[in-house]
Amino acid sequence: MSLLIGTFTIGCILSLLALGVFISFRIFAFPDITADGSVTLGAAVAATLMVHGTSPPLASLAAFAAGMLAGACTGTLYTRFKINSLLSGILVMTALYSINLHIMGKSNVPLLSVSTLVTQSEQLGTKLMRGATGLNLAGWEVSVRDASVLVAVTLAVTLTGTLLYLFLRTNLGMAMRATGDNVQMIRSLGVNDANMIIFGVAISNGFVALSGSLLAQYQGFADVGMGIGMVVWGLASVIIGEALVGTNQLGLTIIGAVMGSVLFRLLVAVALRWGLSPNDLKLITAGFVFCALIVPQFLRKKRLRSAHA
Amino acid sequence: MLEIQNISKTFHPGTPNEVRSLRGVNLKLGDGSWVIIIGTNGSGKSTLLNAVAGTFLVDEGKLQLAGHDVTRWPEHARAKLIGRVFQNPFSGTSPSLSIQENLSLAARRGRARGLGWGLKESLVDKMRDEVSRLNMGLEDRLENAIGSLSGGQRQALTLLMATWLRPELLLLDEHTAALDPKSADLVIGLTEQVVTREKLTTLMVTHSMHHAATLGDRLIMMHRGQIIHDFHGAEKRRLRPDDLLARFEEVRRAEQLDESAAEMLAQQYI
Repeated sequence: MSLLIGTFTIGCILSLLALGVFISFRIFAFPDITADGSVTLGAAVAATLMVHGTSPPLASLAAFAAGMLAGACTGTLYTRFKINSLLSGILVMTALYSINLHIMGKSNVPLLSVSTLVTQSEQLGTKLMRGATGLNLAGWEVSVRDASVLVAVTLAVTLTGTLLYLFLRTNLGMAMRATGDNVQMIRSLGVNDANMIIFGVAISNGFVALSGSLLAQYQGFADVGMGIGMVVWGLASVIIGEALVGTNQLGLTIIGAVMGSVLFRLLVAVALRWGLSPNDLKLITAGFVFCALIVPQFLRKKRLRSAHA
Repeated sequence: MLEIQNISKTFHPGTPNEVRSLRGVNLKLGDGSWVIIIGTNGSGKSTLLNAVAGTFLVDEGKLQLAGHDVTRWPEHARAKLIGRVFQNPFSGTSPSLSIQENLSLAARRGRARGLGWGLKESLVDKMRDEVSRLNMGLEDRLENAIGSLSGGQRQALTLLMATWLRPELLLLDEHTAALDPKSADLVIGLTEQVVTREKLTTLMVTHSMHHAATLGDRLIMMHRGQIIHDFHGAEKRRLRPDDLLARFEEVRRAEQLDESAAEMLAQQYI
């Protein structure tokens, strides 16, 4: 049971990553690889700040800001210097590797003896349960500490998702969505599309970095290699989410991305339980995204062919 | 209102694909005048509109609009003064956004966009009124994505969006060319309504000799990046589609003459 709760918790934490990827890939159609670096950046910034005594909420917020800065760099390379979108992301991601090492001072920062958002929510949960360590949930014995972390993370994701939804329906948010949809139109309505892209990629990476900082707090350490393959992971979540909700209505796609992330994490946990080697995880993830990308095309072609026949 | 002074534009200069699209175009539009632009393919009609809209910056010359020198203004800055409808019905709207979201984007053309709520109730009420005037039954479908609409419906909405805030200048780039005849008539009707009601200064490119003869109060004909004819007032009112076709024929003949003459000269001197 605690394994299941852990899976849900990580799924929720990574759903912030999925929301970040959703913003860059889906809203802006911008294949942003920076995310691999900004996951680690968020973890590194938050962990280092907390080790030096900054309060966990403030450190997480700083992680968000650092991610935004990284995203803004990528956006600037793309819009102002006309560098190909993928290459812009690769440049910033590569630079972030060194920057992350500088921030942490070593390749791994443990958070075991430090107060984090996770330990804080554990304490809060225990206090609310008047010191009980376990509780009975429909016949299952559940650790209060695990459960309170899951509740806290769920609340945080709900709040962030709602804020994102509301933001995308403001004047600014709508202009951002239209920029990804039809640049010619939004320019003719007086919007500086370059600024929109920079800002959008910044927000996207803010989400990704926040996700990285929460992940570090949950697993108890920040590691310089923790971001590898995260873009593909986020993309897989978004694609599963789209399949789950099956519409392109804004609110539902956001919910879908969150659900997709949790479901994907669940699938991975099951696969690992069945004996999948963790070393193969990224290969399987990449293979999955590959299939998810080509299957719709394949189906469309098949449908066309049968329509002609 | 709009003053175009001797503008030129060459695309891909110094390459085999070099095209001199605009060669010293001069045009002065008074307040509220509606100018029709016709011309052969590649004559620079659309390029002229794009130069005014700021899709690219001109190589030479000066553009003045509503008292501003906009020659070096980027496209999005000029949008404060200009409303546009494109030839392609897909170009003027954002397909995954709803009708009301598209209109609310247009309701802030050229203004700052902050964290204010995009769809205020008073704005949506006004949208319902305005959209019902299009007589397309779209007023009950304001929440539908624009991607689900037909080309004619999209062009009608794009026209509404371009004129939602009164533009100093309206640019229409063959905005009915991609539509079926019935939708084209409808959109032309709406265009006539809004341009005359709001007394909009308008530049309209068209392929239709019928529209060219019946609409507007001035007509210019372009050829090879230059204005070759300019009809005003009574002369414009007398123009019939056949007159315009005759002018095109003249251009074609002159062209042939040029080419054969060039060939003859080449044979003699080379």
